Amino acid sequence: MNVPMEQGILLAAILFCLGLTGLLVHRNIIYMLMSVEVMLNAAGLAFIVAGSAWGEADGQVMFIFILAMAAAEVSVGLALIIQMFKKFRSVDINKASTMNG
Amino acid sequence: MKELLWLIVALPFSGALILALAGRKLSRLTCSIIGVGTVSLSAGLTILAGLDFMGNNPTGKPYLQVLWRWIDVGGLSPDIAFHLDAVSLTFIFVITFVGALIHLYSAQFMWKEDGFSRFFTYMNLFIGFMLVLVLADNLLLLYLGWEGVGLCSYLLIGFWYKNPDNGYAARKAFIVTRVGDTALAIGLFILFMTFHSLNIREILNAAPGTWGIGSGIAVAVALLLLGGAVGKSAQLPLQTWLPDAMAGPSPVSALIHAATMVTAGVYLIARTHVLFELAPIVQTTVAVIGAATLLIAGFSALNQHDIKRVLAYSTISQIGYMFLALGVGAWSAAIFHFMIHAFFKALLFLGAGAVIWVLNDEHNMFKMGGLRKKLPVVFWTFLIASGSLAALPLITAGYFSKDKIIWLAYVGDKGSVVLWLAALIGAFITALYTFRMVFLTFFGTTKAEPSARPGTGMVIPMLILAFFSFAAGYIELPENMGHVVLFSGFIEKTLPATATIHLGNSTELVFQLIAGLAAISGLFVAYKYYFNKPYPAAVPERNALQNFFFNGWDFDFVYDKMIVTPIVFLSRIDKDDFVDLFYKGLASLARALNIVLSASQNGRVRWYAMVIAIGAILTLTLIFYP
Amino acid sequence: MNILFYIAATAAIVSTLMMVISKNVVHSLLFLIVSLFSVSVVMFIIGAPFVAALEVIIYAGAIMVLFVFVIMMLNLSDEEKRKKRLMKSKIWIGPSAISLILLAEMVYVLTAQPGYAMGQEVVLPVAVGELMFTKYIVVVELAAFLLIAGIIGAYHLGQKEKTVHHRYLKNKNQEL
Repeated sequence: MNVPMEQGILLAAILFCLGLTGLLVHRNIIYMLMSVEVMLNAAGLAFIVAGSAWGEADGQVMFIFILAMAAAEVSVGLALIIQMFKKFRSVDINKASTMNG
Repeated sequence: MKELLWLIVALPFSGALILALAGRKLSRLTCSIIGVGTVSLSAGLTILAGLDFMGNNPTGKPYLQVLWRWIDVGGLSPDIAFHLDAVSLTFIFVITFVGALIHLYSAQFMWKEDGFSRFFTYMNLFIGFMLVLVLADNLLLLYLGWEGVGLCSYLLIGFWYKNPDNGYAARKAFIVTRVGDTALAIGLFILFMTFHSLNIREILNAAPGTWGIGSGIAVAVALLLLGGAVGKSAQLPLQTWLPDAMAGPSPVSALIHAATMVTAGVYLIARTHVLFELAPIVQTTVAVIGAATLLIAGFSALNQHDIKRVLAYSTISQIGYMFLALGVGAWSAAIFHFMIHAFFKALLFLGAGAVIWVLNDEHNMFKMGGLRKKLPVVFWTFLIASGSLAALPLITAGYFSKDKIIWLAYVGDKGSVVLWLAALIGAFITALYTFRMVFLTFFGTTKAEPSARPGTGMVIPMLILAFFSFAAGYIELPENMGHVVLFSGFIEKTLPATATIHLGNSTELVFQLIAGLAAISGLFVAYKYYFNKPYPAAVPERNALQNFFFNGWDFDFVYDKMIVTPIVFLSRIDKDDFVDLFYKGLASLARALNIVLSASQNGRVRWYAMVIAIGAILTLTLIFYP
Repeated sequence: MNILFYIAATAAIVSTLMMVISKNVVHSLLFLIVSLFSVSVVMFIIGAPFVAALEVIIYAGAIMVLFVFVIMMLNLSDEEKRKKRLMKSKIWIGPSAISLILLAEMVYVLTAQPGYAMGQEVVLPVAVGELMFTKYIVVVELAAFLLIAGIIGAYHLGQKEKTVHHRYLKNKNQEL
C-alpha cells in the first residue's frame, strides 16, 4: 500500500469543495445541513490521512472530536430546522432572512 | 474588645451590602431591623471598645489594627489599618451612637416613603465610610472614607430625586466639596513626595524634623489640607452648599449635615495638627475663617424662615466655632464642642423633622406656632437642645463647650481680642436666632394643626439626645467651677494641651459673665421681638440688607458670576473648535462605513457562506503568494 | 490494495456529487450515506480501522437516522418548485466557480509539499484510546460538555411552542 499522501488529501479537498458547492447552491436548509456534514467529514478525512502518513494516532483522535462536534451540531441544527418549519411553514433559508442579521 | 475594632466598621458595610442586594425583596420591617441593627451593634461594640481602651490604657497609647496590605506600588504601600486613639474614639462614639439613634428615628420617619431600603442602604454605607475616615491610619484610607461620605451625602441629599431641585442641590454639594477635595488630594501628593509614605503617624513624627516652622512647603501643605477641610465642613469660602443640602430628609440633615460628616474637616485638622503648628500663618487663617464664618452664618440664620435652613446656617456657624478653637490651638475644646454640638444639633434636626413631619412638609416657621401644647415632648427636647445651642449659662452642655472656646479665643497664646469679640458677637446672634426659631415655632397662636404625633420610635432617640445635650457638659467644667477635666484630660493623651496666658480665676469669671450675658441678652431680644407676636403666616417681607443676609451674603450670586458664567461662556465658544471637527469627521466616517457594512448584513445565510468561501480563497492566496 | 483506494475514492466523489445535484431529499440522503461508507473504506485502507468503524456507526448510522426522522417529520410540499429551480444552470455557475478556485488552490498547495506514503502501518484503537485519555484528556472533557450542551439545546429548541417569558420577545413574536 503506497498511495501518496497527496492523493488522500486531494480526495478530502474534492469532497470539501463538493460540499461547499452544495452549501452555496441549495436554498433548502436540509440540503445545506447535509453539505456541511460532507465538509466536516472531508476535514476529518484530511486529519486521518495526515495521521496515517506519519503513523500517529493524533489524526484519529482529532477525527473523533470532529465527530462529536458534528453530532452536537446536527442535533441542534435539526431542532432549529423543526422550529423554523413551524414558524415559516417552509425549509427555504431565504424565508428566514426576515430576521435581518 | 479592641480586637473587634474591624467589626465596628464592617457591620454597617455589611448592612449596606445586604440592603443593596436584597433590599427590594425584604419587607420594611426587615430592612429597618437590618439598617438600625447593624449600626446599633456597632455602637455597642464601640462603647465596649471604648471602655476597654480607657480602662486598661491609662497612658492613652494608640491601638493599631492592621487588617491587610491595601496597595503596594511604587513605594506607596498603605495598609487597611485602623488606628484607635482618644480623638478617633470620641469620633466613632459620636458617629455610631448618634448614628444609631438617628437610624432608629428614621425607621419611623421614613416608613411611608418610597425607597425605604435604599435610604437605609445609603445611611449604613455612610456610617461605614465615616468610620473608615476617622479610624484610618493613613491618609489614603482617610481619603477613601472622605470621598465615600461625600458620595453618600450626594446620594442622600438627592434622595427624593423626582424633584429636580433636590438633584440640583445634591450636585451643588458634590461639586463644591469637590473643590476642597481636590486641594486635599494635591496636599496628599505633596506629603507623599516629601515623606514617601501616607501613614499619619510617620508623617506627623517626621514633619517637624523635615520642615522648619513657617517654611513655604509646610504652609502650602497646611493650606491645601485646610482647603479640603473648609470644603467638607462648609466654611468660608466653600460654605454655600450646606443650606441647599437641606433638600434631603431630616434624619440625613441630622446625621450627615450636622453631627458627623461636616465635622470631618475639624477631624482632619485636629488629626494633622502638627502640620498646622508648623505653619502658624495657616493656623491663624483657620481661626480667622472660623470667626468670619460663624458671624456670616449667624447673620444668615437670623433672616431665614425655613426652619431647616436656620439650623443649616447655625451648623455652619457652630463649625466656625470649632475652627476658631482649632485655630487658636484649643484642640480639645474643638473636639469637645464637636461632641456636644453633635448631640444638640442632631436633636434639633430630629425635632425640626418631627415638626415638619406632623405638619405635612411645612418648612416655614411663620406658618407654625403654638406647637408647645400639641407636641409637648418635641417642644421640651427642642427647648433643651436650643438652650444648648444658645449656650445658656450653667444649665446646658453647649455653654461649657462654647464658653471654653470663647475663653480660649482670648486667653490661648494664639488668641486675640478680635477673635474673642467675634466669638462673643456670634454667641449673642446664636441665642437670638435660636430663640427666634423656638418662639416662632412653639409659641404664639396655632397656625397649623398637627396631623399626627411622633411615635415612640421617634421620641426615644430625641429623649436620649436631650439627656446628653443637657448632661454631657458636666464632664468638662472650667477651672473656677469645679475644674473637671475628664474630657480634655482624655483628649490630651493624643493632642497637645492648649498653651494659655495665665490670667487667674477672677478674670475668667468676668469673661464667663460676659459670655453668659451675651447669650441671655440674645434670648431677651428674641423674646422682645418674637414672643407671641402676631406675624402673618407667610414668607416675611425683607428689606435689601435682610435679603442680602437671607441669601447667605450673596455668595452664590458672586460665584455664579465669577466662575460659572465665564466657564459656561468659554465652553460655549469652544463648542465647535477644530478638534471637534476632527472627531465629528471620525464619527461621520464611521457612520458611512456602517451604512456600507450593514448592507452586507442582509440575513441571507447563503450569502454569508459565499463570503466565507471567498475569504478562505483570499486567505490561501495571501499565505502562498506573498 | 492501491486499486481499492482509488475505487473507494471514486465512489465517494461520485456519490457526493450525486447528493449535491439530486432533486429529491431522500435520494440525496441515501447518496450521502453511500459517500460516508466509501470514505469509511478509504479510512480502513489507509490504516485507521477504528475511525472507519466509527464513521459507519456514528455518521452513517446515528446522525443520518436523525436526518431521516426530520425529513419524515417535515412533510415537504414545495418539491416541484425546487426541482424547477435546480434545473437552471445559472445558479450553479457562481458556487461552482468558487469551489473550483478553492480546489485549485488547495491542489497547488498540496503538490508543493514533499510526498509521504500513507498506511505504512495500521494505527490500532489501543493507541487512539491511550492518546485520548492522556494527552487530549482536557479536549475529551470539552467534547463532553459540547455534547451535553447539544443535547440540552436540541431538547429546548425541539419543544413545542411555549409562552415567551421576556416581554420584548413577546412583542416581536406577535409581529412575525
